[in-house]
Amino acid sequence: MTAVGAIGSDYAALPGVADRAKELRQGARVFLFILFAITTLAAVGNLLFEPDSVFHVSTYTITLLGKYLCYGLLALAVDVVWGYCGILSLGHGAFFALGGYAMGMYLMRQIGDRGVYGNPELPDFMVFLDWEELPWYWLGFDQFWLALIMVALVPGLLAFGFGYLAFRSRVVGVYLSIMTQALTFALMLAFFLNELGFGGNNGLTDFKEILGYDLQKDSTRVALLMLSALALGAGYTVSLWIMQSKLGRIIRAVRDDETRTRFIGFRTEHYKIWLFVYSAVLAGIAGALYVPQVGIINPGEFSPLNSIEAVVWVAVGGRGTLYGAVLGAVLVNYAKTRFTAVWPEAWLFALGALFVGVTVFLPDGIVGWVKARWLQVKGQAS
Amino acid sequence: MSLSEDFRQSMPRDQLWPFLIEKQPPAVDASKNILLYVEGLSVSFDGFKALNDLNLYINDGELRCLIGANGAGKTTLMDVITGKTRADSGQVWFGQTLDLFDRDEAEIAALGIGRKFQKPSVFEAQTVFTNLELAMKVNKSIFYGLLSRLGSAELDRIAHVLETIGLQGQESMLAGALSHGQKQWLEIGMLLIADPRLMLVDEPVAGMTPQETERTAELLTSLAGERTVVVVEHDMEFVRSIARTVTVLHQGAVLAEGSMQEVQNNPEVIEVYLGEGH
Repeated sequence: MTAVGAIGSDYAALPGVADRAKELRQGARVFLFILFAITTLAAVGNLLFEPDSVFHVSTYTITLLGKYLCYGLLALAVDVVWGYCGILSLGHGAFFALGGYAMGMYLMRQIGDRGVYGNPELPDFMVFLDWEELPWYWLGFDQFWLALIMVALVPGLLAFGFGYLAFRSRVVGVYLSIMTQALTFALMLAFFLNELGFGGNNGLTDFKEILGYDLQKDSTRVALLMLSALALGAGYTVSLWIMQSKLGRIIRAVRDDETRTRFIGFRTEHYKIWLFVYSAVLAGIAGALYVPQVGIINPGEFSPLNSIEAVVWVAVGGRGTLYGAVLGAVLVNYAKTRFTAVWPEAWLFALGALFVGVTVFLPDGIVGWVKARWLQVKGQAS
Repeated sequence: MSLSEDFRQSMPRDQLWPFLIEKQPPAVDASKNILLYVEGLSVSFDGFKALNDLNLYINDGELRCLIGANGAGKTTLMDVITGKTRADSGQVWFGQTLDLFDRDEAEIAALGIGRKFQKPSVFEAQTVFTNLELAMKVNKSIFYGLLSRLGSAELDRIAHVLETIGLQGQESMLAGALSHGQKQWLEIGMLLIADPRLMLVDEPVAGMTPQETERTAELLTSLAGERTVVVVEHDMEFVRSIARTVTVLHQGAVLAEGSMQEVQNNPEVIEVYLGEGH
């Protein structure tokens, strides 16, 4: 049998497969290199050079960069479910915000008696509401490890509950998107309530320190930036590994033809639930890193607009490519920072125009466009 | 009893812990020589009776053709057997012991019922090889998917199926780049690699050239015997070339059954089906 000989005993020896794998590995290395090079340079520029030096990087820039990286991780989370499994979630901001709230609760407890009312147990807003003691769900949040667990557990459980109900009932497409949107909207309304015990309208803010380190100090800011880069790098590597495994091929099969996948014996809903939970945990971690850097978390983070923005980042960068999602998040947010400084009222229009423009002219995002051009150039050259 | 003995008792060397043993799908019992029982099956959509008290028995190892005009209920019947559609009444048994109504699509597939759709449905964004890899009969749980590597036996199996469906050398091509006929074959290959006991094949030769049709006919006839094959087809020429037993469906029920000869000479069939086109 010639066919047996042609395949040999290794899938990797197939024509095209080895090249593709090599390309991906190289791409991953380039991505991780750029990510860590930029953050390290920024850190060095901030800590080692005096403010009057040309190499100095301001603390404002450090925080901004850290924020972008957290958005990058959120975009990665959206891309994992949308780009690879076709689940268009318009509610990923909810998981991001829940992770942020878990971290915010820890940071609140760290304030201790340095609050305006000087109560060692109760955060200011609770004193203001005349509460006598901490609600039960705040207990233990003075422990960092518990906060870390909750950062992953709360978004994960919510995603599991939601996914279990939605995917098992075989809700797909635009109906699912609307449900995720409703989920984050409902959570926003809930978190606005003072009685819920999360600071209502104002949310959680006035943080002082994390693990004993002053949040206002440059070194803490740089450390948070480096942690964000590490989290993003790890999230990227793990996601790439998943998408490269057979599991990744099954997930793409579900995206392209769910019925077919079911008829070859896969319980597609299990795969979707699992992936949704994984993605929610990523988003939660992103939120937890975001909050100490920006210094506040409030119900506005649950606003449906935020979740939609995250989808736009992924679309702009190129969905179905993990680095594309991160690139999109960084570029769009950089544009937002610039734009809102000049003409804040017009940003939403610009965002809308960007989304329409990308959908019409760059269906595969920036990455897809560059790839197509590159192939064209290579084709002409050879 | 000493501690070490206790320990030894709880870790018998000749046994696996129950949770380590892979769950095997229950075996099919076709001892009465009938593999599939369909009895009194009725399905209606918004008052339209797609299936109306249908009875059908498929023998183990036979090649059966289902024919019938559009709307006769052929595809609905396949939907019910594979768990896609719930029936209003009746029963479907796989062998003597397995009630298919209790099971969902994935479970039914694991029992050994494979299905090819009317419209060729392969994973177009993935390679031919991956299409076969995914369809392979292995553990379909998530963690297995995350860690699995193909063994040489599995690679050989893929190579063998590639040869059977005439796609060797094209395994790293995207399935979407195949011709229509090749996609049909790939889908048949995806059925074969799952090693099913019963294959339900919906319009396998739609859109094929005469040569391709001929090869498909050869392939399907060669499968019968070791597997049971049920083919739904509109192409009467094709049915004539492969059929041993033909079942004619009409308005959701069986109108006639027998050899092609018998069916063609059946006055009722001539009236409602063959009469229209011939």
